[in-house]
Amino acid sequence: MKLELRNITKRFGALVANDQISLTLAPGEIHSLLGENGAGKSTLMNVLYGLLQPDEGEILIDDKPVSFSGPGDAMAAGIGMVHQHFMLIPVFTVAENVVLGHEPTGVLGTLDLPAARKLVKEISDRFGFDIDPDAKIQDLPVGAQQRVEIIKSLARNAKILVLDEPTAVLTPQETDELMQIMRDLAKSGTSIIFITHKLREVQQVSDRITVIRLGKVVASPSPKASASELASLMVGREVDLNVKRKAPKLGAETLVIENLTVLDDRSHQMVDGVSFSVHDGEVLAIAGVQGNGQTELAEAILGLRKIHSGTIHVAGRDLTKSTVREVLEAGLGYIPEDRKKDGLVGDFTIAENLMLDGSYSAPFAKGVQIDFEARDRIANELIQEFDIRTPSAETLAKQLSGGNQQKVVVARELSRELKVLVASQPTRGVDVGSIEFIHEQIIAARDSGKSVLIISTELDEVLALADRIAVMYRGRIVGIVDAKTTREKLGKMMAGIAA
Amino acid sequence: MTPKKIPSEIPAVDSKANSVLREIMSGDPVRIGLSILLGFFIGAVFMVVFNEDVVKSWSNFGADPSYALSTVWWTIQDGYGALFSGSVFNLGADNFIDGIRPLTETLRFAAPLIMAGLGVALTFRVGLFNIGATGQIMVGLAGATFVSTRLHMPAIIHMLVAVLAAVLCAMVWGIIVGILKARTGAHEVIVTIMMNYVATSLFTFFLRNPGMLLEASGGGTPKSDHPDGTAKLGALLGPDFNLHYGLILAVLAVFIYWWLMERSTFGYRFRMVGHNATAARAAGIKVENTFIWALAISAAFAGLAAANQGLSLDGGLTTSIEAGIGFDAITVALLGGSRAGGVVMAGLLFGAFKAGSSSMQFAGVSPEVLGVVKALIVLFIAAPPIIRALYRLPVPGPKIYEAAKKAKEAKVIK
Repeated sequence: MKLELRNITKRFGALVANDQISLTLAPGEIHSLLGENGAGKSTLMNVLYGLLQPDEGEILIDDKPVSFSGPGDAMAAGIGMVHQHFMLIPVFTVAENVVLGHEPTGVLGTLDLPAARKLVKEISDRFGFDIDPDAKIQDLPVGAQQRVEIIKSLARNAKILVLDEPTAVLTPQETDELMQIMRDLAKSGTSIIFITHKLREVQQVSDRITVIRLGKVVASPSPKASASELASLMVGREVDLNVKRKAPKLGAETLVIENLTVLDDRSHQMVDGVSFSVHDGEVLAIAGVQGNGQTELAEAILGLRKIHSGTIHVAGRDLTKSTVREVLEAGLGYIPEDRKKDGLVGDFTIAENLMLDGSYSAPFAKGVQIDFEARDRIANELIQEFDIRTPSAETLAKQLSGGNQQKVVVARELSRELKVLVASQPTRGVDVGSIEFIHEQIIAARDSGKSVLIISTELDEVLALADRIAVMYRGRIVGIVDAKTTREKLGKMMAGIAA
Repeated sequence: MTPKKIPSEIPAVDSKANSVLREIMSGDPVRIGLSILLGFFIGAVFMVVFNEDVVKSWSNFGADPSYALSTVWWTIQDGYGALFSGSVFNLGADNFIDGIRPLTETLRFAAPLIMAGLGVALTFRVGLFNIGATGQIMVGLAGATFVSTRLHMPAIIHMLVAVLAAVLCAMVWGIIVGILKARTGAHEVIVTIMMNYVATSLFTFFLRNPGMLLEASGGGTPKSDHPDGTAKLGALLGPDFNLHYGLILAVLAVFIYWWLMERSTFGYRFRMVGHNATAARAAGIKVENTFIWALAISAAFAGLAAANQGLSLDGGLTTSIEAGIGFDAITVALLGGSRAGGVVMAGLLFGAFKAGSSSMQFAGVSPEVLGVVKALIVLFIAAPPIIRALYRLPVPGPKIYEAAKKAKEAKVIK
């Protein structure tokens, strides 16, 4: 089945999310759609999937124009979508999830579960998915859940599969498996649109590449293009993917964590006897697939989450039982993994956001009044210093792009007197330009003698910044290795295999 | 250096319920103005449809259409005209003092609404839907009445002690809610409703109890003694007017509220918790304690309203002295967008409704029309899409995109 998108334009108010985008997909082809967050990839796919109606342009299947008023129409036309966040019901079995919405029925309209099971088994065997139709979704690893999503589409006879950032939640090994599955599917005639911002994966698997920037198609480079070529196309200027840094000058062990155990809200043990220390002038990165206790670890260090057992010391001071305010005032800077939730107040101005954790004392407070003059002066200084793109300090934080929002958080934390910086996913959902800038700032903090702890699920980021790497799996540190460790080995550790 | 281009990012879309709630609490002045207009319009429809003259004239519409139309006009003019002359300026008065009296009455009615409204507004901005002003006023009344009838002190001091008693008693009531919310996670809506019942019954109980507040010559009805003259809020403009020093309390309250919310670090933290409690927590703020503080200060404003009510009348008090202020305060806070200036305007509007309702009745228009107008205004504010659809206002979303786009252009030009 051949798919063609012709001159698709989609506007939101004054913003043109898709500007005359054209793209074709031949049968059995893997077509990568490369672009930064906010470039318009997801909008385009939502148009294709019938979730949004294009303002201009048309969709053609086998050279016939079609129009989709909803995902139902798109599915009926043979288009399947695997979303970044899975649309599965955790307590249902694989077979139940796969047939949900178009259940095979027996006499009297009862659910024909054996037929569903057979369907799953057949597809699973055909592509070597190795999925048990009777397993409950909640018991499956993330990679397997993703294969269930793919089965769901194939069960509805999808000829075109759209994979939206499918590798964000996978270990490197699971990513490799997915790449293999994609190739097998393509060989059997299924066409795939692969949406991603990860250059390595694009190079590995694509037959064709389309780069989108600011809602426009900017290039269709050859699949053999180098990573830096692709990055430059994506960002629109020369990009240096390597963070320049000198060898670390190690100082005292400032952040020391011993035997830390932390429970989540449902009393599951999320951090299990973790011990490590970070020296001044060093970056320790915690690598691992999302959901292996990193969030809870970061929250425990900040004092947001109660510590079950173990200790946390900063510069010799015991902060195990301290409140968040005490931890912050002891010289710990914190960049949360979810800036919109934990790092910013969207309805506050940038100036207000830059004093979020400084309202108790000078320079922001003069007695019990806000020192507005100092606040605005500091805000303007930080906007300059951290290159925050905004018309003024009075702009609301929610009106900024992701990268600029993150720069506000980074500026606030790095402008305080710090001993330790804890940064969780410091560049998630941030454009490449801002990633470069934020990485430089983190390395600058390290070079000025601060202890830096990075928690990241992006292996590229870990390798770019870390002096040492601790890999976390199911709440435990699998091992702490030096920064020259190979990807393969780190990947194995991320799957829980000790070094 | 050539300016770098940065990709635009579409802001994440909120869940509908969340964004609507935020829109309601944020109080866009244009939308509120249009809601008031629409409320008055539908109120006019009510007046017209239920007016006998109009009904009669319209049954002979064919015979005299211009008369039928003019009855409609005259009914509306009589009704809202009476509201105006009852609440702003009486054009038919013989002298200026009588002419301006309605305005002073509006101010007198508005003062407690503004004070209690500020209390509710404060909790709105901390993200709490506090409907406990009624209970706080009841308890504040109990405190004020005890001081004004059972204790005897020199003038002014007596009044100040009575005001303080009202404020402190109300604060106790607010703090109880705060502690229940912070320590047990109980929802403030349910807690405040229940505390309202408890407070109302408690006040009645005190009024029945000879050892507490029941009047000396008391019979079976729950009613207090006359407050001591020394405890009363004196007349502000002399004996010709009913307006008393409660207005000064209200002016002070407005200033304190403005300073607290817009200038002080407390208000900054209150607003931070209200907009994003998880970010506040990560910034080292004890969100639970903030809730307790907010409810306590909010109740103090309600206590001022209680003092205004309890210390301004000559006769003994019953529970009816609360006069629905605690409930109207919620509406006033909503209507005023929880801002100091907005609450003043909303309080004046509702004060005018109270002041003008009797002259509407004299003009032959049922004052219940005002109840309809009041309720409709709030209804329209509570459902922003209705107003947007009727007046074809733009959805707020695209504005954000435009602003984001402008932000980028601004930087590029630089």
